[in-house]
Amino acid sequence: MRLAGKGLIDRGQPVTFTFDGSTYQGFRGDTLASALLANDVRLVGRSFKYHRPRGILTAGSEEPNAMVEILEGNQQTPNVRATVQEVFDGLAARSQNRFPSLKFDLLGINDRLSPFLSAGFYYKTFMWPRPFWEKLYEPLIRRAAGLGSLSRQHDEAQYEKAWAFCDVLVIGSGPAGLMAALTAARAGADVILAEEEARMGGRLVSDNLRVDGQPGVDWVEGTLAELRALPNVRLMTRTTVTGAYDDGTFGALERVGLHCGPAPHLPRECFWRIVAGQSVLAAGALERPLAFPDNDRPGIMLASAVRSYLHRYGVVPGHRIALIANNDAARATARDLMAAGVKVAAILDTRPDASVVEDCPVYVNAQITGTAGRLGLTSITFRHAGGSATLEVDTLAMSGGWNPTLHLTCHMNGRPLWREDIAAFVPAPDAVPRLTPAGACNGTFSTAGAFREGQDAARRALAALGRSAPDLALPQAEDAPYALAAYWETPGVEGRQWLDFANDVTTKDVKLSAQENFRSVEHMKRYTTQGMAPDQGKNSNVGALAVLADATGRGIPQTGTTTFRPPYVPTSIAAMGAGGRGAGFAPQRFLTSDQASRDRGAPMIEAGLWYRPSYFPKPGETTWLEACNRETRMLRDSVGVADVSTLGKIDIQGRDAARFLDLVYTNTFSTLPVGRVRYGLMLREDGHVLDDGTSARLGEHHFLMTTTTAAAGLVMRHLDFVHQAFCAGWDVRFTSVTESWAQFAVAGPKARDLLATLLGEMPDLPFMGVADVTLGKVRARLFRISFSGEHGYEIAIPTRFGEALFRDLVARAEILGGGPYGMEALNVLRIEKGFITHAEIHGRTTAFDIGMERMVSAKKDCIGKAAAARPGMTGPERDQLVGLKATSPMGAGAHLFTPGDRVHRETDQGYVTSVCYSPTLDAHLALAFLRNGRARHGETIRVVDHLRKIDILAEVTDPVFHDKEGVKLRA
Amino acid sequence: MRLTCPLCGARDRREFTYYGAEDYLNRPAPDAPPQAWDDYLHNRDNPAGVTRDLWYHDMGCSSWLLVTRNTVTHEILAVEAVADRKGGAA
Repeated sequence: MRLAGKGLIDRGQPVTFTFDGSTYQGFRGDTLASALLANDVRLVGRSFKYHRPRGILTAGSEEPNAMVEILEGNQQTPNVRATVQEVFDGLAARSQNRFPSLKFDLLGINDRLSPFLSAGFYYKTFMWPRPFWEKLYEPLIRRAAGLGSLSRQHDEAQYEKAWAFCDVLVIGSGPAGLMAALTAARAGADVILAEEEARMGGRLVSDNLRVDGQPGVDWVEGTLAELRALPNVRLMTRTTVTGAYDDGTFGALERVGLHCGPAPHLPRECFWRIVAGQSVLAAGALERPLAFPDNDRPGIMLASAVRSYLHRYGVVPGHRIALIANNDAARATARDLMAAGVKVAAILDTRPDASVVEDCPVYVNAQITGTAGRLGLTSITFRHAGGSATLEVDTLAMSGGWNPTLHLTCHMNGRPLWREDIAAFVPAPDAVPRLTPAGACNGTFSTAGAFREGQDAARRALAALGRSAPDLALPQAEDAPYALAAYWETPGVEGRQWLDFANDVTTKDVKLSAQENFRSVEHMKRYTTQGMAPDQGKNSNVGALAVLADATGRGIPQTGTTTFRPPYVPTSIAAMGAGGRGAGFAPQRFLTSDQASRDRGAPMIEAGLWYRPSYFPKPGETTWLEACNRETRMLRDSVGVADVSTLGKIDIQGRDAARFLDLVYTNTFSTLPVGRVRYGLMLREDGHVLDDGTSARLGEHHFLMTTTTAAAGLVMRHLDFVHQAFCAGWDVRFTSVTESWAQFAVAGPKARDLLATLLGEMPDLPFMGVADVTLGKVRARLFRISFSGEHGYEIAIPTRFGEALFRDLVARAEILGGGPYGMEALNVLRIEKGFITHAEIHGRTTAFDIGMERMVSAKKDCIGKAAAARPGMTGPERDQLVGLKATSPMGAGAHLFTPGDRVHRETDQGYVTSVCYSPTLDAHLALAFLRNGRARHGETIRVVDHLRKIDILAEVTDPVFHDKEGVKLRA
Repeated sequence: MRLTCPLCGARDRREFTYYGAEDYLNRPAPDAPPQAWDDYLHNRDNPAGVTRDLWYHDMGCSSWLLVTRNTVTHEILAVEAVADRKGGAA
């Protein structure tokens, strides 16, 4: 029911929304929960396990009951808390965990079966027969239990992530937070004030409080006006700080578009990482429910929530209301309701010595023994100092005291401390470095206390930042002592008393856990599922702990508490991984020839982050193999052009450049003449091969190193390490020029003819030579190197001319009967020639294994040399690189066995690394590592690949199948 | 976690690549016995407390950094450039 003239909602902006298909009206500023209560909707969901009818318990993000599905196009977001979701025109919400309808739910039968469904029943009941668990029991249980459901569609909505930096982060905007922010802001510090709710102010906008003689709301608005006007303050509403991490880093979730429906370019949520020099935690406190029989009916709410709905939304949840509390402060609920003209049936105070002076009946030493009302509360029965009674009420407000919201102080291993006087945990001092808790989250519950601690916390932060604090008078506000007597459950009654509403855990379950010797709080939690629901026990953990302590005869501090971990509220993975779907998953690197290749219909294949053409199909070709065979023959017969720009290129300069290459390569580069290129092998310090490639000497003190595509970044890191760690004084510098140059292989018998037409005059370049050439006015580099075994060149040109040169080279090749070739043919060509890639140098092979041990110079030290000489790194027990030749396909990953041996692990003789069909030799070829393989050329070996169902015989050969003497290379 | 790079200032750990313990800086002589190479390559302490390890600022200035930190409190005690360390450079 909505009250006239009350609340901070915008009555000028009515909105229409639906819940379970029915249409309702609310106002801008309403949450779904307040709007439903305004429409007298009390039943909003069914509980997790027993399918009990449930209503709205709280007015905040800790809500355990009122979880709904929000529908938006084909999207469906489950477990949205109605107390957080704001209403807007067109909002569509649906209750969850019920069938066929909220009012009549078939699985409500679970509630009748509850004697059989107590804690641990899954483990006890569904033990036998064993196979039934997976096939029958678990699917049934999963269907019956649970919360919302998913649309099973991709989440196409937009999310963002962002960074923010500040001097002081203030978490929460109640009296403590606002005071801290104001103090820090006036000192000139860069301040971020983060508030979870849509409106700043905390209890100042939810309670009937006065500050400096004016309504609390007015003080809040005045303070916000000042903060808004300051350039050094950022106010972030709808932003929940979810976690505290090392070095002043915080995670925070901002609801950007969830309160106004979908709009183009409007993200739903933004996940922030906030880095703060200092921080003030002013997160307030959460009121505790009380346990009594059937305390979970719709209409039973927290007292503070009743006040929030009254003052902030102008809503009362019923017509006849009672209050039960174990403290003085909650009585404001009854007084505020009566002042608003709402009938308060009675105040029940659990304390025997409490005051009875109120404008309504007060019962002391009161204990509720039962409630009634199937789909909503109709009456409560209780005993009290003078007897027992039943009251007809539709709403019961309850307060078991307050738990400081100290969760963030536990995120870095902090263990909270128990304070007997307030029967609550408070943060341990300095639990999070550079974070100061203030106000209710620190166990200080009066408004004046919050102002004072907020200011003190800001002063502490400012002092640490080296700033002087401004002289700021504290506002006048109530400073009532917090009077409470711990009370957790109704003793000596039958009936289930709920602790964890979200997971349907009762006091009985906790006692059963203790009885079955799950006495540690961590065991009890797992046995009962207490605190494991979306609210993570915010409402119930302390109550459950008290019951466990009682059942085990220990005190609460001895019982301990479970560990609070991030995130503080449920956080969508979509927000944390914003931007990471589809093309956003990984960066894409495109060659300068990319469009030219796609124009020719080349399918692209991923090589690391690069996209490279797989093959260039011709009309009439129906398989990749046809194209690959044609391209391979084309290159062996005339000329082919391929983009090889993905190879890493590192420009190395300095007086010690040659000396440095001698240290990182196994072979010697200081003897390389200017204008020549040398193949180099690089080891890791542990003696295994790191990478290979060619390096060209462009000048006395200038080299250009080439790395494999895969290891470009790794090699750069390695060079930086070797230089900075072992020879920082040497005069040598590196820079990656991979993306500065486009580089194309031109190979085949007609390669020289092609380049002659391009360059006009062909330089007289020996094999493994390099020369500067000019294309028009553009300086380019011509290398005579080959990865195909043919007479070949690579021509490098500044990147911006890459596409033009590629198109030109391909056109010239086609005139000569050649054309472009892709990765498939490139792979066949190099296997035919026995050239290795990272399929062979995969991190476990040595120079000896690949037959290059003679490349490790005996005359000098190099990285990896000493370790490569260790026992076991060479010799006949090693798997050595060989070629395999067969008449049918082999598979990379296949294992090798001596024919006649049993096929099992102990007789394994090696494995296949690369395979192809060779059109040049009309045979299936493979590169493989075979135990003592170099001594076994000519043997027949068995190739077994269980995955591809291959089991054939192959001939062991030298790894170089084609032009072993290199006649073509040097032609 | 944040590291203060001597060249770039305080940066998030996402800018850095972790390598391993400081031991990698103490390369044995080429003719050192195999045990010395084994210690250098493989044998590491796993301290609960202060440790020194190597980080590479690959998303920044390419500096290799020697970071002194506490594995229990996560406190970063010192960050220095490997190239600038005393007695390190050849």
